[in-house]
Amino acid sequence: MLLQIHEPGETPEPHAQERGIAIGIDLGTTNSVVAAVDGEQPEVLRDAHGDGLIPSVVALMPDGVVVGREAQALRANNPDRVISSIKRLMGRGVHDVKSLAGVLPYKIAASGDSVGMVRLEVAGRSVTPIEMSAEILKAVKARAEQSLGQDVTQAVVTVPAYFDDAARSATKDAAKLAGLDVLRLVNEPTAAALAYGLDTGAEGVYAIYDLGGGTFDISLLRLQKGVFQVLATGGDSALGGDDFDHALAEWAIAQSGITGLDQSSAGSLLLAARAAKEALTGADTATLRTEVAGRKVEQAVARGTFEAMIAPLIQRTVRACRQVLDDAQVGAKDIQGVVLVGGSTRVPLVRRKVEEFFGCAPLADINPDEVVAVGAALQAKALTRGSDTLLLDVIPLSLGIETVGGIVEKVIDRNTPIPVAKAQDFTTYQDGQTGMLVHVVQGERETVDACRSLGRFELLGIPPMVAGAARIQVTFAVDADGLLTVSAMEKTTGIRAEIAVKPSYGLSDSEMADMLRDSLVHAREDMEQRLLIEARVEAERVLLALNAALAADGALLTQPERAGIDSAIAKLRHAIKGEDRDVINAAVEGLDHATHAFAQRRMDRAVAQALKGHSLDEVEASMATDPTPDRSRPGRPDAAR
Amino acid sequence: MSTQTDDTRAARAGLVPCWSCKGPVAGQALFCHTCGAIQPPGQIDRFRRLGIEPDFDLDLDVIERRYLGFQRAIHPDRFAAKPAKERALSEAQAVALNEAYETLKDPLRRAAYLLSLKGVDASVSKDETVRDPELLMEAMEAREALMEATSIEKVEKLQAKAGAEAIAILSDLSKAFASGDLKAANRLTTRLKYLRKYLEETRTRRIALEQPEGSA
Repeated sequence: MLLQIHEPGETPEPHAQERGIAIGIDLGTTNSVVAAVDGEQPEVLRDAHGDGLIPSVVALMPDGVVVGREAQALRANNPDRVISSIKRLMGRGVHDVKSLAGVLPYKIAASGDSVGMVRLEVAGRSVTPIEMSAEILKAVKARAEQSLGQDVTQAVVTVPAYFDDAARSATKDAAKLAGLDVLRLVNEPTAAALAYGLDTGAEGVYAIYDLGGGTFDISLLRLQKGVFQVLATGGDSALGGDDFDHALAEWAIAQSGITGLDQSSAGSLLLAARAAKEALTGADTATLRTEVAGRKVEQAVARGTFEAMIAPLIQRTVRACRQVLDDAQVGAKDIQGVVLVGGSTRVPLVRRKVEEFFGCAPLADINPDEVVAVGAALQAKALTRGSDTLLLDVIPLSLGIETVGGIVEKVIDRNTPIPVAKAQDFTTYQDGQTGMLVHVVQGERETVDACRSLGRFELLGIPPMVAGAARIQVTFAVDADGLLTVSAMEKTTGIRAEIAVKPSYGLSDSEMADMLRDSLVHAREDMEQRLLIEARVEAERVLLALNAALAADGALLTQPERAGIDSAIAKLRHAIKGEDRDVINAAVEGLDHATHAFAQRRMDRAVAQALKGHSLDEVEASMATDPTPDRSRPGRPDAAR
Repeated sequence: MSTQTDDTRAARAGLVPCWSCKGPVAGQALFCHTCGAIQPPGQIDRFRRLGIEPDFDLDLDVIERRYLGFQRAIHPDRFAAKPAKERALSEAQAVALNEAYETLKDPLRRAAYLLSLKGVDASVSKDETVRDPELLMEAMEAREALMEATSIEKVEKLQAKAGAEAIAILSDLSKAFASGDLKAANRLTTRLKYLRKYLEETRTRRIALEQPEGSA
């Protein structure tokens, strides 16, 4: 038998190679972009015309779903079948959207339910934003598969840093529906920083100003020796270039004195406004041309006029910039550079205001439309094939629970590095209270009404006690995707309750299961296959660990003992080659049994050595494997920041 | 058979069995030295998790370097392609590491945690009202002054004064901990907590004054 020895932490992943290339997807409000690292350099995957952008537009036609440019082209003749800017509704509830009604080019489905996820009425169908995003992702996946010439199943998907938990989990669900396994949700500005930093070898504190079609993010990152550490993040999840279009469109309508805008002409008016806005990037004046209610509208607009309209919107972004500087306790003068991301940063006034605030000319050397997808592709490679870089991200919005009087008690503050878990104790406020409703909210304000409700669950079965006697520990755990799980436990009895926070605005598990069945993504066979692969992986892990143990301490065994273990190993190796996972699991158990005495002897010897002659420190020194020698000992000038 | 006595002896020796190869591993090791498997984050205090002795005075550069160094090794991104068990352990390690880092890099949290290690409950949690009547009185007056400040300059002045005091408290805290005067350290920690909250209020007030449409 051959012995394999691996460096600590480098146990090979047996089936890592079986999977294809993992892609990076920027799922944008206006456009989506996909990139991948096939070889060494990340590349945006383009269509036959060299176009990297896939418009995030879906058309539900009688003969099927159309996405992208083709869907956009269908809009003029089928305004009620075409959906755009769906990202703005991700994770939104019905009441969130009411305030936007009339502004957004959607028809919200009438629903008696006021708490559920918002649904859209399109071409006589009621659809969810998750399904529509899934359609976009399917088109993205198809583009990638065509371009790479192989199946694609794994992806890193970016989300605005300021997306709340509901919007994140909606995004993940959409990817699942599209048949993509999400390796990680990465924040858009962080992805941009990754692409930018790796490209230029930048070090220091950088601001990423990301103004897209529908969202604004500002993040401060410290770049040092390949670590991208987010210091603070902020923004506005409902502010973007779309709002510039709206401002311009409203102005034009007011100027022309036209009333009675229908859905179809509102759509074309917005398109005309966008065209005028884009023209104003290079020219001092532009003309907005469209037809509304049968009347021609032709409105000349000067850049100065346009800038006056959007100045208050840009001012909102500047305020958010000041807030993140405060949060990170960094001055504007400490910023090494500002990276511009998102198509809306092409607007000259945006650039001027950013430059004015940070006191340095913004950097936009990488195409602002593509930089996020490139970063996502780099991260996808890092997660599947390893990397020298590391992203350390934070939670964008504080998480808390509702307490008596509608006041929010924060459990995790914004800008805390993730993953994070925090527990806080609460108590009952009535004698004999046997249940407690845990209402999870996200936001910075002190009252529940001003925050975003993420979900509610109930801890039942608390034994009756006097008010204030029960000890209910509520634990918030946020994983590396920024997704939250909340659990509660009454400490004196150990009664537990737990939710992955998604019910309020996401899909319920049964809805998800139905949709997955419909899309035939995961059949039962897939599941069986997956369990078999998992059993094999676990078996390989056991064998590798045992090989290492035998190499180190094999001398502790007599020859017959060793023979017994070797035969159990042979049995397991044989089982792995088969197709029966029960046989594999049984063989793993058999091997575990055969090596029990060996494990015991290894422990005993180490303990005896530790407690006898050797001092504890010596034993620890020989065992504690610190895999990260402190490369930068004091004295390195670049370490002092 | 694993017996109670064996476990106790192992614990005394600072050893635990590796979950993967079952061999001995030092309690605070991140990885098994035999098979290389990532280990659960043992029960050690937040200072020692970053490899330093518990003390109020510390070198933040060292904290940063250790933190980033350990993150490079155990961050969940490094384990994304690994089986679920290892992914979960790396997440647990990262959670413990982030907790230690967040505690140590902030003087207020560090002081409160150090007090709790020494058996003093500094109650830096937010629902706790200030119990010191003198501080309470002062806090009320300071808040009144803030509400009465109608110009950004006046708010900035109050902000600067509180900020300077918060900085001065840090050296007092350092002295209190160095001389083992936990009572003084506790009092200073409470005061620093109050100043932090007050500084936050001055920022809110300032923003309210900057935006004419927003009210306080």
